[in-house]
Amino acid sequence: MTETMKPLAITLTGCAKTFADGTKALEPLDLAINAGETVVLLGPSGCGKTTTLRIIAGLEQPDAGGKVMFDGEGVTPLSIEKRNVGMVFQSYALFPNMSVAENIGYGLRLRKTPTEALRARVGEMLAMMRIEKLADRRIDQLSGGQRQRVALARALAVRPRALLLDEPLTALDAKLRDALRIEIDELLRRLGITAVYVTHDQAEAMALGDRIVVMEHGKVAQIGTPRDIYQRPATLFVADFIGTMNRVQGRVANGGFVTAAGTIPWAGAPAHITEAMFRPQDISLAEGGDAHLRGTIAAAFFLGDRTRLAVNVGGEKPLILETGTRRDFKHGETVGLRIDPHGLLSL
Amino acid sequence: MNRDGHRLTLLLLPAGIFFGAFFLLPLAQLFHIGLTGKEGWGAYTAILTDRNYFSSLLSTLGLAAITTVVTLMVSGLAGVFLQRNRFPGNGALVAMLTFPLAFPGVVIGFMVIMLAGRQGLIGDISRFLTGDKIVFAYSMAGLFMGYVYFSIPRTILTVMAAAEKLDPKLEEAARSLGASTWHVVVDVIIPGLKPAFISAGAICFATAMGAFGTAFTLATRINVLPMVIYTEFTLEANIAMAAALSFVLGAVTWVVLAVARTAAGSTVAAAG
Ligand SMILES: Nc1ncnc2c1ncn2[C@@H]1O[C@H](COP(=O)(O)OP(=O)(O)O)[C@@H](O)[C@H]1O
Ligand SMILES: [Mg+2]
Repeated sequence: MTETMKPLAITLTGCAKTFADGTKALEPLDLAINAGETVVLLGPSGCGKTTTLRIIAGLEQPDAGGKVMFDGEGVTPLSIEKRNVGMVFQSYALFPNMSVAENIGYGLRLRKTPTEALRARVGEMLAMMRIEKLADRRIDQLSGGQRQRVALARALAVRPRALLLDEPLTALDAKLRDALRIEIDELLRRLGITAVYVTHDQAEAMALGDRIVVMEHGKVAQIGTPRDIYQRPATLFVADFIGTMNRVQGRVANGGFVTAAGTIPWAGAPAHITEAMFRPQDISLAEGGDAHLRGTIAAAFFLGDRTRLAVNVGGEKPLILETGTRRDFKHGETVGLRIDPHGLLSL
Repeated sequence: MNRDGHRLTLLLLPAGIFFGAFFLLPLAQLFHIGLTGKEGWGAYTAILTDRNYFSSLLSTLGLAAITTVVTLMVSGLAGVFLQRNRFPGNGALVAMLTFPLAFPGVVIGFMVIMLAGRQGLIGDISRFLTGDKIVFAYSMAGLFMGYVYFSIPRTILTVMAAAEKLDPKLEEAARSLGASTWHVVVDVIIPGLKPAFISAGAICFATAMGAFGTAFTLATRINVLPMVIYTEFTLEANIAMAAALSFVLGAVTWVVLAVARTAAGSTVAAAG
């Protein structure tokens, strides 16, 4: 399949959004999306992801002073029908009065594509999404996963300059979600199209994004690759929102981090910090002198292949770790913990 | 199985009796009276062969059809606009538009006369502007105006309720694919409102076919079926003719609505 459209670079500068009722959905936001990359907007519900996407799409106007540029060209006053961007919604938004093929061909029909070319392109899209058999179905005869495939095909049929997806998998059940996520990932990479993908699911964001924009209360908390964001969270909010983060309070002394439950060796620790952070996979169970911290088991969840433990070490929250050992853990039992120095973080 | 069947029959019995007593029997009786004239089927055949009867049937159908189309257009535009745009006085305007709901046909006729009658507002204005006095209250045009006026409230409420349920994402999806406002209306809004248009249109059509009070107030010579029936019944005492006309009025309305519904249903199926 030939997708010769040159991918689009999108720039937002100073895009704030205040709704008519006074809701301040976005603080002034700057965002540069490179040609051909997949950027995921990630954050809890209500943080302004959809609003940002709608500003890019042209469905909302930013407050005065905000600017949207496509390949360096100002498009702020252009409404969505002039921007040539594909949209995919959580609710699919397929036209119920049209068949699957008619839905996919709708944008081409609006462009007065000759019948033969239109039919060929629709066929190509049906094949790409592997839904050839559904061509003549009515929309209400499709499952959720099939509907979202049709919506993707419809959005891509017109060769949009960019693809904007707003929680496209949220309405699907877990298994289907994983399958379609992999497929979308493959598709975006193969087409090389610029994509902006909104989700509140951090696993989805990590899997799909070339870069992730973590948002909080209408502001960007951090922009970076999934690895950056996971390994070097810029704020407490990001650290907590992406994966599980353990935090323990203490102070730095003699090349270590001293806590109420023991000392973690940490050669390069910044002198002023009062909190050390590390991921569950950087903690292991240890005996005697190998253990850095000692704590009591607050909860143990047997997950089959591993056991998830919550261990009280006198901090605000218990530490979370996972272990593959076969032994049984009892509530209140004392265990020793060893922290991998490579996993230590501070803010 | 059998006991359930019996119970169902028992439960349906009151509805059945009601249906029989107040619908089927009178209808059959009406049909039968239509046959009691001097020439048996003559009253029925006269509707097709007599120029007066036939033309009044046609003009009634035409009036009802135009009333329905115009009412749906006005209510569709106004209903969607009122539902979408909240402005000061929005609620008051909706309340005002639905005001004529309670008026009997006589009052509607009276209002048409005040507007377009010999002493009417339109006449006064047109005489002031052009020197000619425009008067159309006592004709089909006056009747048409009255029917539209009185059908709009019913239709607009149905349209507004349906417009509220339209999914805004559908319009956004269409626009993202390049649809102009016109295409959004034709491809998304009208299909979405179609069920509401069909049910409101059916009521509008049937009402316009059978309304009597307005026509009676405007002029006794207006050539619509309900007026003809009234004349046959009270002035000519031609009971058989009145009954035959009544039966045909009901039957024709029913057939038109059935055909419209089927046509609409099959276009939905064909398109989707
Ligand atoms: N049309 C609107 N009018 C008023 N407030 C809105 C509107 N759309 C969104 N909001 C508010 O703006 C904030 C951000 O919304 P949104 O961008 O949809 O968040 P997200 O997609 O991250 O869940 C929320 O507080 C939401 O209630
Ligand atoms: Mg959202």
